[in-house]
Amino acid sequence: MTQHFDIVVVGAGPAGLNAAHAAAREGVTVALLDDNPRAGGQIWRQGPGQPPQVPLQRLLADLNQQSNVTYFSSTRVIAPLGAHGLLLESAGHGGVGIRYERLILATGARERLLPFAGWTLPGVTGAGALQALIKGGMPVHGERIVIAGSGPLLIAALATARAAGARVVAVVEQAPAFEVARFGASLISEPAKLRQAVGMTRGFTGLRYWTSSIVQEAHGEGCVERVTIRRGERNVTLACDRVACGYGLVPNVTLAHALGCAINEAGEIVVDGEQRSSVGGVLAAGECTGIGGAELAAVEGELAGLSASGSAASRAVLHAQRARWRRFGRRVEAAFALRDAALVAPAAATLLCRCEDVSLGEVRAYPDWRDAKLHTRCGMGACQGRICGAAASLYFGWQAAAPRPPFSPARIGTLMAASEEPPLAE
Amino acid sequence: MISPGTTRIRVTIDNQSIEVETGTTVAAALVLAGVKGTRISVDGEPRAALCGMGVCQECRVTIDGGSHALACQTLCREGQVISVPHMMNAR
Repeated sequence: MTQHFDIVVVGAGPAGLNAAHAAAREGVTVALLDDNPRAGGQIWRQGPGQPPQVPLQRLLADLNQQSNVTYFSSTRVIAPLGAHGLLLESAGHGGVGIRYERLILATGARERLLPFAGWTLPGVTGAGALQALIKGGMPVHGERIVIAGSGPLLIAALATARAAGARVVAVVEQAPAFEVARFGASLISEPAKLRQAVGMTRGFTGLRYWTSSIVQEAHGEGCVERVTIRRGERNVTLACDRVACGYGLVPNVTLAHALGCAINEAGEIVVDGEQRSSVGGVLAAGECTGIGGAELAAVEGELAGLSASGSAASRAVLHAQRARWRRFGRRVEAAFALRDAALVAPAAATLLCRCEDVSLGEVRAYPDWRDAKLHTRCGMGACQGRICGAAASLYFGWQAAAPRPPFSPARIGTLMAASEEPPLAE
Repeated sequence: MISPGTTRIRVTIDNQSIEVETGTTVAAALVLAGVKGTRISVDGEPRAALCGMGVCQECRVTIDGGSHALACQTLCREGQVISVPHMMNAR
């Protein structure tokens, strides 16, 4: 059975929640979906001992009072279903068809996870991943953890790990010290961000925060036991129980790409001042249009919700806020831009594709992503190249082809639900 | 770590019954149970959750008979039965 909504919002993080909230105020019918069991996205992740944060509480309370908003949790978009339709798979209801007049993509971003020797050992995760797992109730009390990669997310992961009782052995940042220091000084212009940073680092007291350094290899039998860090010209090996390594964020644009929305060279969905994509009826907001943090995502989401619902409300304040947080986003991007040490692919024997166990050496023998996939099965496993594709794009400049449905592993029953749909009337 | 007054639920991980706090993900429950990983790779190596947010598919396990369920995006429910490949079990 196909359900009809004026507006469908994909993703219930800061952008999607604010989009749904703004649109619902105009009285239109709204469906809000997210592949996680609970709303909030990555930044407002809930869990045991992690009650909803204040902005999330407020949004959820407001949305719960709106009878015109339907929330689909644990629900993924599997395929487009004709024009203005989507096939969904929900953990509770299986295959579901949904139709929209306007679609708002608030699909967020994922971590850029780059391969290194030993990165397939249990105990190696992303940096944001460590945060997410801890918030989901994973115990790390007393564990020795090395947090690595690049960007402010490392500091957020540090704060979460420490609060959960872990001993953070080192934070390993690929950016040079002067860039990090310049970025830190620039926070003066955003006092809230500065307070947040100071709180999270506790002023860096007693912390090994190594700049211009990258993880070279994780060692261990069956799980992580040690990690080797490249610091300039020398290597340092630290004993640890976990390595949490992520090199910034990559916008999630699979659905946008498949729908034909223009994507720029940075891999972001291109939007105009009203958050409209290049495809009629499709808008986008938040990190999928460029990495800029939760504040930017929330403003863009609200703008998208107003645009999609045809609201006459003034956008002037929102436009000013958006410009401010975009400037902040650009400062983060410049400070933590990946330097040479992180841009060079590791040794040929290192696995690139974790789904199909294909090494970098096997893959780089081919001229492009398509050839590499056809000959090695790289990028053809369960994650559909979302992890290795981002790495291959960084190392070799390879562009991914337009994604084909199903966008995620789906049950046969879900695909059958699509074929049982009556022809869609235009 | 467990605050008093929170609701506990019981799940079974390959014949091992454990109690977790409401809101705990299956990925976290596996670590609480001492399970070493979630799946065996093509070349026979153990793997565990990598991205923690439903992208990498490394944490897929069998939950209540349904295979390929993502442990990081599934919340524990009372009476849930989770299974992982034999070599991952701590006991």
